[in-house]
Order: sequence, then C-alpha cells, then structure tokens
Amino acid sequence: MKILVCISNVPDTTTKITFTNNNTEFNTSGVQFILNPYDEIALSRAIDLCEGGKGTVTVINVGESATEPTIRKALAIGADDAVRINAVPQDAYFVAYQIAEYAKTQQFDLILTGRESIDHNGAQVPAMIAELLDIPSVSIVKKLDFDGKTAILNREIEGGKEILEVDAPLVASCAEGVAEWKIPNMRGIMSARTKPLQVIEASATDQWSKIEQYETPAARSAVKMIDAEDVNGLIELLHAEAKVI
Amino acid sequence: MSVLVYVENVQGQFKKSSFEVVSYAKALADQLNTHLIALSVGQVANDQLNSLATYGAQKILNCASLTSFDSQAYAGVIAEAASKEQAEVVIMANSFSGKGLSPRVAVKLKAGMAAGAVDLPKVNGNKLSVKKTAYSGKAFAMLELSSTVKVIALNPNAFQVKENSVPAQVEDFQASSASSKVRVKEVVRANDKISLPEAELVVSAGRGMKGPENWHLVEDLAQALGAATACSKPVSDAGWRPHEEHVGQTGIAVSPNLYIAIGISGAIQHLAGVSSSKTIVAINKDPEAPFFKVADYGIVGDAMEVLPKLTAAVKAYKGQS
Repeated sequence: MKILVCISNVPDTTTKITFTNNNTEFNTSGVQFILNPYDEIALSRAIDLCEGGKGTVTVINVGESATEPTIRKALAIGADDAVRINAVPQDAYFVAYQIAEYAKTQQFDLILTGRESIDHNGAQVPAMIAELLDIPSVSIVKKLDFDGKTAILNREIEGGKEILEVDAPLVASCAEGVAEWKIPNMRGIMSARTKPLQVIEASATDQWSKIEQYETPAARSAVKMIDAEDVNGLIELLHAEAKVI
Repeated sequence: MSVLVYVENVQGQFKKSSFEVVSYAKALADQLNTHLIALSVGQVANDQLNSLATYGAQKILNCASLTSFDSQAYAGVIAEAASKEQAEVVIMANSFSGKGLSPRVAVKLKAGMAAGAVDLPKVNGNKLSVKKTAYSGKAFAMLELSSTVKVIALNPNAFQVKENSVPAQVEDFQASSASSKVRVKEVVRANDKISLPEAELVVSAGRGMKGPENWHLVEDLAQALGAATACSKPVSDAGWRPHEEHVGQTGIAVSPNLYIAIGISGAIQHLAGVSSSKTIVAINKDPEAPFFKVADYGIVGDAMEVLPKLTAAVKAYKGQS
C-alpha cells in the first residue's frame, strides 16, 4: 500500500504569538518551528500500518526551503521519502490544490493529515484535497485500521463516536488516540539525511482568501481572589457579577 | 441572491449550535439585504423544521433522502441547494461534522472560506472580512474573502441565539447526486454527557487531582452545575481521562460562559484552548500558578478540600433558586 502524509511546519506549542508589520505578519523572530503535532501522530499511524514491508509512506509539505528540517524530522521518524512543493502556503485551498495535483500523479491508497494545523486551525486541507480528488474523506479520526483496500475508522462526533468503513482511496484527518507519538532513534536520524526529498514547483491556482490583519486577545482584568473557606462568596460573584450561573 | 445556512441535526433534533448558525446567518442576510434559506439534511420532524423560522429562516429546504452522514454526499446536496438558491454566502457550524463538510462545499462552489468564525463579517462591497481564531486561541485573524460565493464555518458558543420570527414554508429538496460511500457500522453516543465544544459551563481538572480515583469530585461538581467535564493534557496522556476531554492547544478549544480550572497550573498550551471563555475560575494550591494571571476569580486551596464544599454550595444555591 502507498500512504501519503501531509505535514505542516508550525510554531512550537510554547511560542508566545506576536505580529509585525502593522499586525499583518506573524513575527517569526526567535520562534522554533516544529512538525505539526497532529500531523506527527498521523505519520506515526502511517508508519505502523506499513510496518514489516506492507507499504511505503511519503510525506508532503507545501513550503519554502526553511521547512526542510521539519521534513527531515518526518523522515527520521520513519517516512520513506518526501516531497516539498516549493511555495509560500497562501491559504488552505492553495495547499490542498498543490497536494491534490501531486497526488493525481501517483496512486495513493490513503492520504492522511492532522485534524488541523496549530497555526491556522482551519481543518480545511484534508476535506479540500478529497473534494479535489473526488474521493471520500473522514475528519477527526481517533482510530484507524487499513489493510490497503478498506479502512475502518472511528470518528469523533458530539458526545460520542461513529465507527465507519470506507474503501480506498480516501483521506482521513487524524486526532489524538490514532497513534502514539514516536521519538526518532539514532538510526532514523542518520538515514533521514540520505532519504529522497523531491522538490517540485507549485502549480498556479486561484486565491479567494487573504489574511488582512491579526489581533491578539484583549487582556483580561485582574483576578479576584476568594478565600478557600468562602465558596458561597464565589457562587455569589458568579451569579451576580459574572452572571454565568 | 440569498444566504444559505446548513443546519445540522443530531438524531433528528436541532441543537443550540444549530440555532446559533441560523441566528448568525439571519443577521448577515439582514446586513446584505437578502433573504435567508435554511437547509436540513436527514430525517427531521416537521415541528423541528418549522422551529428554524423562529430564528429568521424564510424558506426551509428539507432533504430527507440521506440518512447517515458522509461529507462527500452532504457537500453535494449543500452545493446544489446553494446554486439553485443563488446563495452568495453559505454558513454552517464548525462542528466535528462541519469541519469535514464545509471545505468540500467551498471547493465545489469555488468559494473562499473562513473556518472558525467568531463574529459577524464586515461587508466591504463584494468582499467579506471575517474574524476567526488563529494560533490555537492565541490570536485572531481578519480574513478577507473575495470570491463570488463565500463559505463561513461558525465556532460554537461564538454567536448568541436570537429569536427573529418570520413566516416560513418547508419545501422538500431532492438532490440529484446523493449517494454515500461511507458505511456507518456503529454509533456510540453517551446521551447523558454534555458535548464539550458546545458546553456553556465546563469543569476541568489537571494533575492537582493526584489520580483518576479522585475524579468523582470533579464529576460531582460538573453534575451539580450541569457542566461538561474536561481535563489537561498530562491527565489524558496519563490515561486518567479519555483524549476527547483534553482541552488546550493540541486538544479541543472551548469558549464556554464559565470555565472552572481545578489543579491545572496554566501552561501556555492549555491557556490557548480556554482563553476565549467568558469567565474563568482557577482553583490551585499554588498561589503562583500561571492560571491566576488569566482567571477572573481565584481560590488558593487544595482541590480535595475545596471541591466538596463548592459542590455542596452549588447544590444549596440551585436548591433555593
């Protein structure tokens, strides 16, 4: 089986987010970039599914050369080869379009993504890829089994889960629970340097959305401390002042 | 021209988030001087369908032929309805199902899309500027949509339900392209549990609870308040609680009216997922816990001692009101 895992290069989860250029650009100064955590568990699951020579895992990223350390990390974790579409990701549709164009030239049985990237949080790319390829997609998958022909998926719904069966090819976006995070070993790190990384130029496409400006949330007012013995005082404040109960 | 709102149902019932999207769509339709059409897919009773008129839907399309959810088939129905009604904006909930659905609708309609909207758009000629969450709750982005048709996915708890009764009619809608490739084997639903992303009140706990055996204290408070339960990442990583309760940057982002954080220190990753809560209460035995910097109300104390007292006080308060 052939699995494609789509990976995003995002600011580390501990990053304090600031903006520059009149709040129109993310301030990358001093920011450590990482493999998007959800993409990483999707990759872990793909590697497990292909274990023992059952298949190959290709990772794909849309980004400029600065994302290559993140791609090498994915190779060190255990992907077989990588593709980088050489472009600044304009918006979700642009990214999905580039990945779909590449996927059309290959025969992937399964395309995996994380449930969302932790920078733009759109959760749009997986479903957009599927629509562009005219294949089924399942979003927010917490369990995934795949034998190369049929996938059994466990999808999160409000207050529960749905267990689904879908024939390949399909797209699935992965959430926590689908796999454990893998830590690359020394052999993985060494072999990552020599695994194939193909760079492809981007295809032209339409762009219908553009970030005009960022805002940071308004600062919250100072905390009111309540004595641990005075829980009734807290209830009174929640009722009369905050008006939430 | 029109605004089309897709209204999700759970087992034939509309939920609060369904009425939120209709209220939001109505407000936008008014801004654009156009009318609002609602679309329901699946088996929904007539009185439920008619209830959408209470929130401003002037025409209610009912596509009852599809029963189980498949994003591909549903997107086909929504796009067909949007084209037939010449919708300029399509709105739906940014729910678990909505996240798999709205991007497909956007591709079908060649529409620019905003996912995770938290406010009404600003109208600027043919363009819309939509405020949406970014960086997992650490920021917002103003996203400009310039396509002819636009798709907006609204976050739960971001827009207040508003009654706006109008006369309406329910029409059957037959979609031409409706066949599902997804086979549903089983649906597991805990009907007694409050869904976390939509919950108005959330009681959340962290490592300060010391172990899963103490969680009944958290559940007792949640039950007394009618709140959903949640937890921090270390707690779900340790297997004390299921992953679907994990709130934070790599879990679920919530924006309830009240978020009570018990024994959670307040790491930046956790705060990202809860910072848009309207009121935050922090209970922690460490007076230096970072959570107190973002909380509205704080109690310094041991969770094991404070929780039973707080639960008893909530019960007494509920009993008298």
